[in-house]
Amino acid sequence: MANGERPTFLERVQAIDRRIIFLFVALAVSLPLVFHVIFPEKISPIVSSMFDRIESLPEGSRVLISFDYSPSTVPEVQPMVDAVVRHCAARKQKLYLMALWATGQNITDETIHRVIEKEFPEYRYGEDYLNLGYKSGNQGLINVILTDMKKMYTTDVHGTAIDSIPMMAQIRNLRNFDIIFTFGGGFPGTKEWVLFAGDPGKIPVASGVTAVQAPLLYPYYPSQLLGLMGGIKGAAEYEYELIRRYPRFANVAHPGIDMMGPQAVAHLVIMLFIVIGNIAYFAGRRREAKRQGTP
Amino acid sequence: MRRQVPLIITLIVGAVLIIAAFIPHHPFGRLGENFSLYFDIIAVFAFLLGGGNLVRIHGARFLRGVRTSVQEAKKGGGFWPLKFLVEFPFFAFGGLEDKRGRDWFFSLITLAGFFAMLYAGLFKIGNPDGWQGNVTQPGGLFQEFYQSMFNPLQATMYALLAFFVASASYRAFRAKTLEATILLATAFIILLGRTPAGTYATDWLPSWLDFFHIPNLANWIMAVPNLAGQRAIMIGISLGVIAMSLRVILGVERTYLGADEK
Repeated sequence: MANGERPTFLERVQAIDRRIIFLFVALAVSLPLVFHVIFPEKISPIVSSMFDRIESLPEGSRVLISFDYSPSTVPEVQPMVDAVVRHCAARKQKLYLMALWATGQNITDETIHRVIEKEFPEYRYGEDYLNLGYKSGNQGLINVILTDMKKMYTTDVHGTAIDSIPMMAQIRNLRNFDIIFTFGGGFPGTKEWVLFAGDPGKIPVASGVTAVQAPLLYPYYPSQLLGLMGGIKGAAEYEYELIRRYPRFANVAHPGIDMMGPQAVAHLVIMLFIVIGNIAYFAGRRREAKRQGTP
Repeated sequence: MRRQVPLIITLIVGAVLIIAAFIPHHPFGRLGENFSLYFDIIAVFAFLLGGGNLVRIHGARFLRGVRTSVQEAKKGGGFWPLKFLVEFPFFAFGGLEDKRGRDWFFSLITLAGFFAMLYAGLFKIGNPDGWQGNVTQPGGLFQEFYQSMFNPLQATMYALLAFFVASASYRAFRAKTLEATILLATAFIILLGRTPAGTYATDWLPSWLDFFHIPNLANWIMAVPNLAGQRAIMIGISLGVIAMSLRVILGVERTYLGADEK
């Protein structure tokens, strides 16, 4: 725009107020939630490898789940955790819950109350599941428990001596676990579990992370990382497979599947805006070239 | 001597950890693990240092802000406390000319939040099982703060990202050059591939064109070009970390000790 000319429609579109974009994104996210828009999912190989491993583990296998995230990523990560906990409990596996993040301890408690205690009342604390709580030390903690678990965990989260807990009788170190699940999206997280436990201890590590984090972890799959759930899409795929194989879970909450609707519409809206922005950009460039008399 | 001692500690610890990594036999194998235990002890002091630093920085900012606000209120004469009260929002939230004193009210909120959580967690106020119980038990004050304030605040902050990502992609994704166009096309495939829209859009393709199904293309982008790029970056970072670690162990790099003194 030059010499006091009025801006064209496309020029105004290019300089659109960001609040208009915010409004469209808000509508794109909230409307599918209100109208409960749900799409079918198909499990991808990177998620199915985790699912199939849980399926293949015999009853009573020892599964370690590390809650390495904070409330900020709960909407993205928690659906994966709930689905995996349900799956393991349905297969009657022993769950050892711990956290490398201080905020993870609260989330562990919530998961126990919401999923294990409500949906699996037959699960007994100390016999079928155990909460080891949060311990500081990041990768240093993993390094120690790789060879000696009881050096770091002398009690569980309630202060009960670890030696008096039946589930811990067979546990000396991380190598005694059949699989390690790590959920999170930052440091310490999946990368540290792979580098300090999975790789040196030859222990299968599977992970669920935020969509932003997932591309950074692809180099570890499939050699060092058994499988990877990335964002809501990964959670939805796992939930769908769980419902397909265990129809009794069709009636429990499945936030991953529910949130794929808003995600799909939001992605389309963002793409639409990008297309409009590019059309406006090229039209503006053409107009500018015409004004200057260049072809 | 103040500089020599930390350098010697760094040299010993660094050398021991390298030996422990390359000789996993007794007694070297256990050294790394034992040092990790010390790391746990150091982490406790790091918590104290972190908390102390937060109080120091925000405390200073708060005091400076109040002082600047009072000076502003005193300008022009009159009964300054009344002027301070009337113009409080202006003084508290970014209204001061002196940038260092601006937004001091947020520092006050940070400090209040920090001390409230510390008090509730340290003394386990209202904890059903008292001092012996887990601090995260429902019913305790700490848990109430966590559920009612910390949790929704963090979730809100993360949710806001979606809006800023949308706005930023609208302005940044322009097909100005060939590289930008490739990036744009890749972003479209990933965005579509991560939704059922991608499946619907290319469902009509025959099976021999399976590769061009958008979800498959998205997976391929993640598993091949992304993987190659990530590996290259990781190898580069690792080499950098090795070089920097050697510099630190050998005492060439001393910036971690603070400013160089002559």
